[in-house]
Amino acid sequence: MGEAIVVTSGKGGVGKTTTTANIGTALALLGKKVCLVDTDIGLRNLDVVMGLENRIIYDICDVADGRCRLHQALVKDKRFEELYMLPAAQTKDKSALSPEQVRDIVLELKNEFQYVLIDCPAGIEQGFKNAIAGADQAIVVTTPENAAVRDADRVIGLLESSHIGSPKLVVNRIRPNMVKAGEMLDVDEVLQVLNIDLLGIVPDDEMVIKAANTGEPTVMNPDSKASIAYRNISRRIQGDTVPLMQLDEKKGRFSLFRRIFGGGKS
Amino acid sequence: MSIKRNLVTIKGTKEGLVFRLDETIPFDDLLNELQEMLEHSHQTILSGPLVAIDIQFGSRDLSDEQKLQILDVMRSKRNLLVRSIEGSKSTELRENAVLRTPITTISGMVRSGQVLRHDGNLLFLGDVNPGGSIVCTGDIYILGALRGMAHAGSEGSEHAIVGASYLAPTQLRIAEVISRPPDHAEESSAHPHETQMEFAYLQDGQMQIDKMANIARLRRDLNVFKGV
Repeated sequence: MGEAIVVTSGKGGVGKTTTTANIGTALALLGKKVCLVDTDIGLRNLDVVMGLENRIIYDICDVADGRCRLHQALVKDKRFEELYMLPAAQTKDKSALSPEQVRDIVLELKNEFQYVLIDCPAGIEQGFKNAIAGADQAIVVTTPENAAVRDADRVIGLLESSHIGSPKLVVNRIRPNMVKAGEMLDVDEVLQVLNIDLLGIVPDDEMVIKAANTGEPTVMNPDSKASIAYRNISRRIQGDTVPLMQLDEKKGRFSLFRRIFGGGKS
Repeated sequence: MSIKRNLVTIKGTKEGLVFRLDETIPFDDLLNELQEMLEHSHQTILSGPLVAIDIQFGSRDLSDEQKLQILDVMRSKRNLLVRSIEGSKSTELRENAVLRTPITTISGMVRSGQVLRHDGNLLFLGDVNPGGSIVCTGDIYILGALRGMAHAGSEGSEHAIVGASYLAPTQLRIAEVISRPPDHAEESSAHPHETQMEFAYLQDGQMQIDKMANIARLRRDLNVFKGV
């Protein structure tokens, strides 16, 4: 039985889809059997980021309504044998799915895949409820901005009161220079407010944008810092202990290490 | 027949008459008694020149409609001018009752969008994040960071206070008074451990902040440690 992990954030544009695509690809890189599920009905773009847009035949709504079998809707990745994607429908809206339907689909996927990554739409309405319905765990993505942290906090509250419980945090798009100049929240400040376990930090990297546009997840490029960050995250997901990346060479390693090793929360 | 308790007490003051209405009997009985008094038993004192009346109904919860009913009865006497109708000092009694109740301890995190409501005094172990709020009829003490909203004395107790290990709220409310930090407060959020534990209280309707060690100046009834 695999594990279903929902990637969510509350706020839009913080990198949920990019994170889903990259963690999924990185897990596949580690030899895992992975399925990515896009639940952003009506605004799907996981397929674009993965470069699989033109291979879609059926979508998750077709599966839910019984117009096709689950296997017919799964799109196989170009790069990995054991990486699949279940696309969202583009012509419908969030009400086209119910949490029960998503839960059944995810349950079926978990029988076959080691990891089922669910890309959640922005917001906390129907789409969010659908996305978390089948998940066992949650990753909350935020950027070091007050607005994103505020929304992440809201979503963490909702997750904590759901069946999922305590989510893990990914702080995305960190700009070490701005943090150093005090113009951007640093990871510690974000953690102080959100008070959940940190799964990883991802530096802001132009390669990510470039990669998303070409439909090739950043993790495939070993030269990008963001790529290393995503690979680290996926190793932590499978249970390895990997120290946090040093974003700023001058910053003491200790404070970052502490988060991983001594970072247990109350 | 037992001695009839005075359901309506009339007291003369310099400014006029004060009607004290019993706060325990059913409202309809009270209304009848009032009517009876005005029309029959107390005719002599209640006739004559124009006299101002203050009505105190004690701790009874009166709806606006019920107040109007009382006013209607009073109006049957042309010379009675009702100046005010209000609950007596018993709200203060209630407040004191709240302040004297033991403190309840709750732990956790109040995140954005969440509201922790409590009747009485509250000791909260944890943080209140921006967008989250604690609403309490008594005092609020937070062992943690208050970054969201806290409303102490939410049912009108102006003696309630809000204390926190790290007091950096988006907004503070005590009773009816709302206060927010100045727009250009010095940036202290980066060093929360350097700040000291503080509490907020009302003084002459203004929100004041003081350090926790000075709380006994405000609360005379607290047990104060004076050393040995």
